[in-house]
Amino acid sequence: MSDSTANGLVLAADGTPLKRSLSRAMRRQKMRAFMLVAPLLIFVLLTFIYPIGVMLSRSVQNDIVPETLPETVRVLGAWDASIGELPNEAVYAAFMRDMSVAIEAKRHTRLGSRLNYEKTGFSSMFRQSGRKMKKLDPITDAPFKDKLIKIHKGWGDVETWKTLQTYSGLYTSGYFLNAVDARMTPEGMAWQPEDKQILLKLFGRTLVMSLIITGSCILLGYPIAWLLANVSPRNANLLLILVLLPFWTSLLVRTSAWKVMLQQNGVINEVLVWIGLVPDGDRLILINNEFGTIVAMTHILLPFMILPMYSVMQTIPPVYLRAAKSMGATNWTAFWRVYFPQSIPGIGAGSILVFILSIGYYITPEIVGGTKGVFISNRIAYHISSSLNWGLAAALGTILLIVVLALYWAYDRIVGIDNVKLG
Amino acid sequence: MTLTKLLTATTALTLVAGAAAAEEMTIVSWGGAYTASQKGAYHDPYSANTGVTIINDDSSAEAVAKLRAMSEAGNVTWDVVDVVAADAIRLCDEGLALEIDADTMLADAPDGTKASEDFGDLLVSDCFIPQIVYSTTFGYRTDLVGDTAPTTVCAVFDTEAYPGKRSLEKRPINNMEWALLCDGVAKDAVYDVLATEEGQQQALDKLATIKDDVIWWSAGADTPQLLADGEVVMGSTYNGRLFAAIEEQKQPIGMLWDAQVFDLDGWIIPAGLSDERKERALDYIMFATDTQRLADQAQYISYGPARKSSAPLVGKHKTLGIDMAPHMPTDPNNAKNTFLYNYEFWADYRDDIDAKFQAWLAK
Repeated sequence: MSDSTANGLVLAADGTPLKRSLSRAMRRQKMRAFMLVAPLLIFVLLTFIYPIGVMLSRSVQNDIVPETLPETVRVLGAWDASIGELPNEAVYAAFMRDMSVAIEAKRHTRLGSRLNYEKTGFSSMFRQSGRKMKKLDPITDAPFKDKLIKIHKGWGDVETWKTLQTYSGLYTSGYFLNAVDARMTPEGMAWQPEDKQILLKLFGRTLVMSLIITGSCILLGYPIAWLLANVSPRNANLLLILVLLPFWTSLLVRTSAWKVMLQQNGVINEVLVWIGLVPDGDRLILINNEFGTIVAMTHILLPFMILPMYSVMQTIPPVYLRAAKSMGATNWTAFWRVYFPQSIPGIGAGSILVFILSIGYYITPEIVGGTKGVFISNRIAYHISSSLNWGLAAALGTILLIVVLALYWAYDRIVGIDNVKLG
Repeated sequence: MTLTKLLTATTALTLVAGAAAAEEMTIVSWGGAYTASQKGAYHDPYSANTGVTIINDDSSAEAVAKLRAMSEAGNVTWDVVDVVAADAIRLCDEGLALEIDADTMLADAPDGTKASEDFGDLLVSDCFIPQIVYSTTFGYRTDLVGDTAPTTVCAVFDTEAYPGKRSLEKRPINNMEWALLCDGVAKDAVYDVLATEEGQQQALDKLATIKDDVIWWSAGADTPQLLADGEVVMGSTYNGRLFAAIEEQKQPIGMLWDAQVFDLDGWIIPAGLSDERKERALDYIMFATDTQRLADQAQYISYGPARKSSAPLVGKHKTLGIDMAPHMPTDPNNAKNTFLYNYEFWADYRDDIDAKFQAWLAK
């Protein structure tokens, strides 16, 4: 019990206003709670958020150009590319000085591979020029313009210098433009030539196919989850093991098994031909296309749908259904009006899991997708491990992340994120 | 007293452990039969001679990306890495591989020929130590091609004479060259034509004539499996894979050596190793790429040794007991019409043509 003072403030036992005393106690409690989660928070920040942030920041970084060619970049800034004439001797001399430092440190070939992403031919131009420019002295051998053009005719091409000028900043939007089938030119943004446009199409395909996969997981998973929640515990355990069994098998094994099932001389086609449903010469093409990807990925992701649905359905008391029926509802009405709305949180949780997992999948599409069933992640993997264009890979990854966050936001607005339960 | 004893004991243990760790090296390769061949020909004898324990890591397929990541993290854990020549060039360009002076760092041939001469043109990069010559070529199902087995690579584009699916690698390299060769472009002119927009279109147009009949592979084991399952009539893969399918698994598969594309595989040493590890890596390389060792590898797998001086020493297969020389891509009977992969060209055009190729595939 606390006393009220004349001005209406409620005081605590020690005479301080109760409000302040309470908030102090709350703050202390919050601090204690925060200290408890701090180790985990720091761990997540250091091992998860930070590396991902570093990786994603590569999508705009371009410091290799100004760092390797500092003087050239500065002098080239004053050059007017639109006239269509080669830059003057000052640029070539600066370039020569920068290059002799870079060649000494063996950095010029790195720059060559970086710029080769923007203009084909830079890689060999820097490598070959490097060998010959090593023999020149950056001071006594001046002037350099003609000498460099003789070393490689690329240095006499206005386009070369335009490209260098365009990509001379510390940061670039070039990778993001590349990621949406556009590119940065000296004249501004332009679309890629039509025969190189592929990434937007892959983004679209990834989204559409992930939705289809999520949808088929719901259709297949719902009855199983219902069965799991409504049979006797003994049978439920057995069923649960059957659901989890493929979960414990290696991903590659499961994917390869689908190959054996679906190929033209595979199990399904052989059976269909044997019972005469399909003529021998006209076997179904079930793999190396969208269909193969959808089937294999639905199978692989099904447990992620069933488990949240099952745990939500377990909490729905069967008495509700009985009550509905006792009040005259048909089986269907009882299910649709009473049971189904209560199971939606499970569907929501499963769908988010399956959709987000499938949007980033690449091994399965790579193995069974052929040409029509590959995802954007396959391109990201290619740029990470084969072309080493990590900037573009990071840009693609960032876009994918933004798309997922946007969809999550939309989901929250439409369904409500409170309406998701994992059990 | 006990504490001092304990400390001494643990220090001694740490020292022993440290010494043992120093005698280990990690060698990265492709895994499977290929690593097994290297183990038999190089690793086991080297360990027996020096007492160094060799740890095998099957990461060659992602070696370039992983090495770059390791180098950026400042912790390179690999000592010697097996890569194809194109990757070696890329690693060298990126400054991720050690530059090698062939004459001082590699063994001379038994007759005293310098290493640089013994390897000759195969030293395609300053960082690359060639090991084997392999080829990408076609195998066909002997029971599915009718009475006339294919003799030229253009049979791949002839769906009338050889109906059925074919498997090709899901990347432009090699496919573009074969397409142009079979579209009437002379062998010497292929890369000049391919450097132009029209030439690239021409190659894609030629490939388009069989696009519906192609299964695209991305792992070397795919084609032998597809051939064994009868899913394809013919398909491209590495010659060693076909050798294994034909001679070891006795599948009804024939070799089509025409227009085989030669490529190289070999070693690089990562840049930035400590002096001690670098010395050991160089010591290993000196041993593993001498004339006899390269010839020994051919007892296990049908890839040609990269040294000229090793060729006469190639003997019989270790377990099958058959002569290996006729199965080498470099054997005169097989190498009547060969095609040499142009490294410089693909280093420049790989990204550009790959984007076009993938866009074409997705159409």
